[in-house]
This record gives sequence, structure tokens and C-alpha cells, in this order.
Amino acid sequence: MNKRKKKIRPVHIKNAIHQLAIWTIAVLLLIPFAWMVSSSLKSPDQVFSAHMNWIPRPIHWENYIKAFQTMPVLLYTRNTILITLLCIIGYLTSGSLVAYAFSQLRWAGRNVWFFIMLSTMMLPPQVTIIPLYVIFRNLHWINTIKPLVVPAYLTGWPFFIFLMRQYFLTIPYELTEAAKVDGAGHFKIYAQIILPLAKPILAVVAIFAFLLHWNDFFGPLIYLVDDAKFTLALGLMTFASKHQQEWSILMAVSIIMLLPTLIVFFYCQRYFVESITLTGTKG
Amino acid sequence: MSLRRHLHKWYEFISRREIFTGYLFASPWILGFFAFTLIPIILSFYYSFCRYDVLRPPMFVGFQNYYYLLFKSEKFYTSVYNTLYFTVFRVPLVMIGSLLLALLVATPRRGVSLARTIYYMPSIITGVALSVIWLWMYNPKYGLINRALALLGLPLPLWLESPTWAKPAIILMGIWSIGGGRMIVMIAGLNSIPRHLYESARVDGAGWWSQFWHITIPQLSPTLFLLTVVEVIFSFQVFTEAYIMTRGGPLDSTLFYNLELYFKAFLDYRMGEASALAWLLFVGTCIITLLMFWILGRRVYYEAERR
Repeated sequence: MNKRKKKIRPVHIKNAIHQLAIWTIAVLLLIPFAWMVSSSLKSPDQVFSAHMNWIPRPIHWENYIKAFQTMPVLLYTRNTILITLLCIIGYLTSGSLVAYAFSQLRWAGRNVWFFIMLSTMMLPPQVTIIPLYVIFRNLHWINTIKPLVVPAYLTGWPFFIFLMRQYFLTIPYELTEAAKVDGAGHFKIYAQIILPLAKPILAVVAIFAFLLHWNDFFGPLIYLVDDAKFTLALGLMTFASKHQQEWSILMAVSIIMLLPTLIVFFYCQRYFVESITLTGTKG
Repeated sequence: MSLRRHLHKWYEFISRREIFTGYLFASPWILGFFAFTLIPIILSFYYSFCRYDVLRPPMFVGFQNYYYLLFKSEKFYTSVYNTLYFTVFRVPLVMIGSLLLALLVATPRRGVSLARTIYYMPSIITGVALSVIWLWMYNPKYGLINRALALLGLPLPLWLESPTWAKPAIILMGIWSIGGGRMIVMIAGLNSIPRHLYESARVDGAGWWSQFWHITIPQLSPTLFLLTVVEVIFSFQVFTEAYIMTRGGPLDSTLFYNLELYFKAFLDYRMGEASALAWLLFVGTCIITLLMFWILGRRVYYEAERR
């Protein structure tokens, strides 16, 4: 309380400017969100009016219903959830097994394979995309979700394996040694000691994988042909190119697509920040 | 008898060394490596020397694809130019932008954690949704950006519909969408700078700017360097935004490298040329990454080396 009565000193001015800068930028960064929500609640007349209102009068909630009517949102959501979920399971199961091999097991060739894995992380996806397309085509996997899901079970993203391996290394060796003395096999050690202790990193991988596949565009674009099999991202793209002027519906669909991501974001914020600092760069 | 003993010994050996278990546990990745990485790499290299339209078997044509791309194709150079333009402007802007954000909210004070959340929020919007939202933001007549510019009485560019402004538009949008993610990495870097460096500098009478320039930047340089390298590689990969917002137009002004590759491969079904494009990109990326390590890497300040 005493502080307030004191004279205004340069420190206070500096602080005030600092706070002003922080919040001005925050508002600027939030404006596109507000614009999106506001546009999604407007009628075409309001969208294309010369005078812009942030809060439309009247508010057209029915745009969201229209969104469901003009685009099979539920179907696309179901398709997207299926692919995303199957991939997450893939990374968490086979990915963590591989991470276990690279951290807890000692086998000849381990370091060589690990080095190979690290180098594949540097490989630009373009180099493999065309042969992969040809391979999946010859397997008659085009227009199924297999090309999008099966790789998650076989390579994962090597990056996810790397993340999990780094985490597994921090688990004290004594724990697994003790279990071995008690006669536990490696699978038991993996399933009953390592995995429960590694929950934080599994959560990070799950979140990353969710974002990756929920928003994935390129994969569905080249592998999915039928409208009925589209994901939300692909559906939104097709819808956007067909209904170029229906901005309010487009914004409504975008918001519907973003909602799960936003919920995950606010619910798992701690993991988000943790994962970015852990991984350094992937955003 | 002796064979059995031999086998038993061998079994003991491998089980002790965990060879079998090791390969068993790693098998998903090793299988995947062969199926989805190694074989495709070899095939892609082979295709790059072939004429191949998927329907008929590939036909070997030697260096024809590379020759065509490097000496006959205007689109190739357009796409290289566009991608370099994009990278050269985007990387520094993203780096400076995210460093500014990080500096603003690095030190804990009132409201900082909320501000960090807000700064980070745009980063979760990616791909199609991001592109659709900004397509509308950039709408020349009714989009938010031009409405704001009109209020300020500034000239109104056509943004995505103008060959001059389409690339800057995609770059500016990228700063909004990616700055927050990079910011978090930088905050981690900033907070790991030892406090005592600043304290002794202050005792010596160093001002804010001189502290920033002589302590913050050198101490942060490993982070900045790593982020720059990654950002450059990412910029070479730009695809979704341009595909959705402009399809490479107007007048090929946003025809980025990956877009050209996609059109070649999946619209024209010229898989050979597309594979050659992929390999040229790979080689180019490697060269530029090495150059960055060579030119920038030596300027990075590593604590351990100076000791």
C-alpha cells in the first residue's frame, strides 16, 4: 500500500510501458480469432456490408446448423477421429517398444540402428513420397485409410521414438535391474515399469500425434479420393473451393474443426509447453 | 551332443547380449525403415532417371529429367526463386518476431503466464484452417486487413490476388501462426542464461542495450542458430498455405517448390521429373544447411569451448 503513495519513478513508467506492450500485442494476436468468430455469426449481408460490426445484429447462430447441412461435418469428423486415434495408438505401442529397445536393451548394432534412425529424421519427406504413393497404389491401398495409418505402426515418426527414448534413458537402471533379478522378462518390465513411469512423455507424443494427424492435409490429399472418406481438413479445403463466397459458413466449419484442438490445448497446456521445450523446435 | 551344447552356448550368448530381444523390440521400426524409407529412397533415385507415369512401367532415360529441369524448365526457376524469396524474408521476420515476444514475457511478472498462453494460441491453428481463415482476412474488399488499412487511409493491396503481394501475404500470416511456438523455445533459452552475468554487467554500469547485445544475444546464440536452421528447412517445405490460398497463382507468384513438385507428380503424373525435383531439393537443402553451419555456426557462442 505504501508503494502507491510514492512518487512516480522511471521504473514505474518502464513497467507501465512494458505492460502496455505485452497487452497490445496480445490483443493484436487475438484479433483474427475474434474476426473468425464474428464472421461465423453473420448473414451474407452482414459479411459484405460496408460498415463492419464486430457483434452482428441479429446474431446468426443458424450458420452452424447450416454448416452441418451443407457439409457432412459429422462424417468427416468421424473419419478424422478414426485416423488420428489409430495413429496415436500406433505411436504409443510400437513406438514405445522401439524406444525401449533403444534405451533399456543392450544389443549389438543398437547404436548403428539408432544413428540410422536419427539420419532418417533429416530426410525431407518429398524424397520418399512418390515411391510410397506407387507402393501403396500397387498394394491397392489408395482411397483407404491404410497409407495414413499403417506407417504409424511401423516407423512411427522416428522423432517420436527419439523423444520416448530420451525419456526412457532418465529412468534409473536400478529399477529394471531389480525387476530382472525378480525374474521379470523384458516385456513385463516394459509394460509394468517403464510405461507407467513414462506417462508424461506418452502424453506429449499423443498430443503431438493428435495435432499432426488432425490437421494433416497432404496425406489425405494424395491418398483419399472419395468424398465419403475425407477428413475434416480435406473436406474443408474442398468445401472452400466450391463455396468461395460463403465466408460465414466457412468460418463456422473452421471453428468446428479447431474446437477439439483448442480444447486439447487448454486442457493440456502444461504438456504443450513441456513438449516444445523438450523437442526444441517442432511447433 | 556337442552341437547341442554349442547351440545352447550360442543361445546363452545371444540372450545375454539381448540381441534377440533387441531386434524383436526394434522390429517395428526396422521393418518400417526398409519398407517406408530405404526402399522408397532407392526407388525415388531410380525414378529420377526414368520417364514414369505410374500406369506404364518406368523407362530409363538417363539424365534427361535433370537436364530438362535445369536447362529447359522456366517453372523450375520460378519455383526456386519463390521459395528462396519466401525463406529469405520469412526466416528473419519469424526469428525477430518470436525473440521480441520472448523478451516481453520471459521474466515472470504479473499476467505473464496469461500473455504467454495468448501468444502461443495461434500456433495451434495450422494447415487448412489457418489458410481458410487468412484467405478471408486478406479478402481485398471485405477482409479485416483491408478494412483496417482503409480506416487508416492507407493504400489497399489486393494481397493474394496480386502477384506482388501474394508472397508477402503468406509470409506475414506465417509470423502470426508460428511466432508463439518459437517464442517458447526462446523463453527456455533466455531463462537458462546465468543471472550473475547480468548482475556483474549492471555493477559495471552496462545499460539495457549493451546487456542485450553482449550477454543475451551471445548466450542465446546456440538456440537462435538451431531455430534458424530448422526454420530455413521448414520454409523450403511450404505447401499447404499456397495450395489452398492461391494454387500457386496469381501468375505463378506463389508457385513454391513443393507445389511445383506436387503438380508434376499428382496432376501431370510425371513421376520421374517429380523425383528429380525431390532429389534436387534434398541436395539443395543439404548444401544450404552445411553453408549455414559453416558461416553462422562458427559465430555461435558455446560456453564449453571458451572454458
